Amino acid sequence: MPVTVKIPTILRRHVGDRPVVEGEGATLREVLDDLDRRYPGIKGSIVTNDGDLHRFVNLYVNDEDVRFLGSLDTKVQQGDTVSILPAVAGGR
Amino acid sequence: MSGFGFTEEQVLRYSRHIILPKIGGAGQRKLLDAKVLCVGAGGLGSPVAMYLAAAGVGTLGILDFDRVDLTNLQRQLLHDTDDVGRPKVDSAADRITGINPGVNVIKHDTVLNSENAFEVLEPYDIVIDGTDNFPVRYLVNDATQMLGKPLVYGSIFQFDGQASVFMPGQGVPCYRCLFPEPPPPGTVPSCAEGGVFGVLPGIIGTIQAIEAIKLIIGIGEPLIGKLLLFDALDMEFTTVKLRWDPDCPVCGKNPTVTELIDYDMFCGLPSGQPPLEAEHGVATTSVEA
Repeated sequence: MPVTVKIPTILRRHVGDRPVVEGEGATLREVLDDLDRRYPGIKGSIVTNDGDLHRFVNLYVNDEDVRFLGSLDTKVQQGDTVSILPAVAGGR
Repeated sequence: MSGFGFTEEQVLRYSRHIILPKIGGAGQRKLLDAKVLCVGAGGLGSPVAMYLAAAGVGTLGILDFDRVDLTNLQRQLLHDTDDVGRPKVDSAADRITGINPGVNVIKHDTVLNSENAFEVLEPYDIVIDGTDNFPVRYLVNDATQMLGKPLVYGSIFQFDGQASVFMPGQGVPCYRCLFPEPPPPGTVPSCAEGGVFGVLPGIIGTIQAIEAIKLIIGIGEPLIGKLLLFDALDMEFTTVKLRWDPDCPVCGKNPTVTELIDYDMFCGLPSGQPPLEAEHGVATTSVEA
């Protein structure tokens, strides 16, 4: 069940500079594991060694913040769009 | 326009606002009476300050400790080539006065920190976040929450931008509801290596100016509880929901951040320290300290 994963500029170097990739899995965690198999290193940019989301990165399924759904155990289904949202500070 | 106390010059200058049904004389009066602080006179601060000045915001505070550098001019339209080396608050004030001499410009040629933040922010109705680093972003968020003032947020990196409006109090989200803590130093690339597409702050800063004006006049649907994401390369705007976090360290039910914090500056690495790879996290800050 492929879901669409939107990759922010800062992480695109992990995925061959693609803005969007597809991931397989029934939960967000499975999708990230799937991505990490094909694009090694991307999961570590989003998830801590303990398996939690970094506090300065958020994931959205469609337009919902997954911290208010089921975090990495949030179920996803075909057609969902996962967005990765890093904290960015630039402004000058 | 009797009743609003406009001069003849103001009636003409603001005529295109005054004839707009949702602004009118009453809305223009609110703009003239408004006091807005722009934290940062750089990429985001430039369109914010210039459009708010043109719109007739009566009092515009400009906070920036920096001097104009040649590398700023690719995107910071407040400053001219001849301004290189001048304090940014001075060149910003000149530009603003050139656009609209009726604006009362207040220059804050200082670094915002936990010592002065309350005093600097207190006189203003609305604060605009146009900074370029995490420590001041968290400081401004926390201070506006504690003072009960709206914060118009914008941030940019390379080709991506974000904007939102954070209202004070419980039940509506602030920046810490979205990102509870700044990323640890060393997980971000240095400022200069990030780079920024010069037009991008023009888009995001202009959106911040729009949101500020909507808040002042009380029209439309500001980006409260919403985060606008802009991707310049794909020319795509996306809006996602922002939720109030009852566990938020500053606006949650049991706040743990109850006084202002000076986080270490980490736009780049301290000298003498080997550069760390930015592999551990994706958070980043952008061009120039």
